[in-house]
Amino acid sequence: MSNIQITKDLASATLVVTSEFAASPERVWQLWADPRQLERWWGPESYPATVVDHDLRPGGHVSYFMTGPEGDQPKGYWHVIEVDPPNRLVLEDGFADDAGQPNDDLPVSRSEVVIEPVDRTTTRMTITSTYDTAAALEQLLAMGMEEGLRSAMGQIDALLAET
Amino acid sequence: MEAVITDERVDEVFAALADATRRDILSRAMDGDLGISELAELYPMSFAAVQKHVAVLERTGLVQKRPDGRRRVVSTDIEGLRDARVVLDHFEQLWRHRVGRMHELLDEGDLPHDNRPDQERYR
Repeated sequence: MSNIQITKDLASATLVVTSEFAASPERVWQLWADPRQLERWWGPESYPATVVDHDLRPGGHVSYFMTGPEGDQPKGYWHVIEVDPPNRLVLEDGFADDAGQPNDDLPVSRSEVVIEPVDRTTTRMTITSTYDTAAALEQLLAMGMEEGLRSAMGQIDALLAET
Repeated sequence: MEAVITDERVDEVFAALADATRRDILSRAMDGDLGISELAELYPMSFAAVQKHVAVLERTGLVQKRPDGRRRVVSTDIEGLRDARVVLDHFEQLWRHRVGRMHELLDEGDLPHDNRPDQERYR
């Protein structure tokens, strides 16, 4: 897996993933365009994805669920923004509620996928992902930190009161 | 602080946070004063289902249960939440694995292409 470069810009919550494949752009495009191939790589190994809808057109919708070791099935979706086979795909991906409706709370990301030939045998794929609701998770986190601090202070007060 | 967490841990926390009910339980657990039965009343699902969600969060180390009289109160596990911050940094790992799996898939050679509409497969 050495042929994967990732740069991360925390300030703008942007991740750029670059990798080169010994395959044609058309073949790499199929990883995204064929739902059966997509579900082989999208979900974490312990949470394999099953793609239910796969409408890869601008304005189209892709929906999937993942199946966890306990049988739990978190749902997710893509909202397809731009499609230019086999070179360019722009999508938003996020989590969905049990009814399959987008859950906007967190985390939604926007990804731009560019697939381009390097030479006759090599294709470069560049994925630029922006996590615009990373801030929401941070906020959740900050609340937890504050609460933890408050209860810790409460415990100190209680201890001092005992003595 | 350089936190060291495993890829499995990233997958686990990521998956735990991928569910809307679990995120809601987690945010309510910040106050740390709701019992499981009180939580269960908040969602249109069975007590057992809510219990299962709490169990996932507990196993992931995001919440803990403590006895309070006859109740079992669910509260946020601060250490677990620190891991969640690390998870943010590790979206990177998610993509690293995804692209790794893409390479494995292409190494298998050409796969038969399934052109059937997805609706037909799941009807």
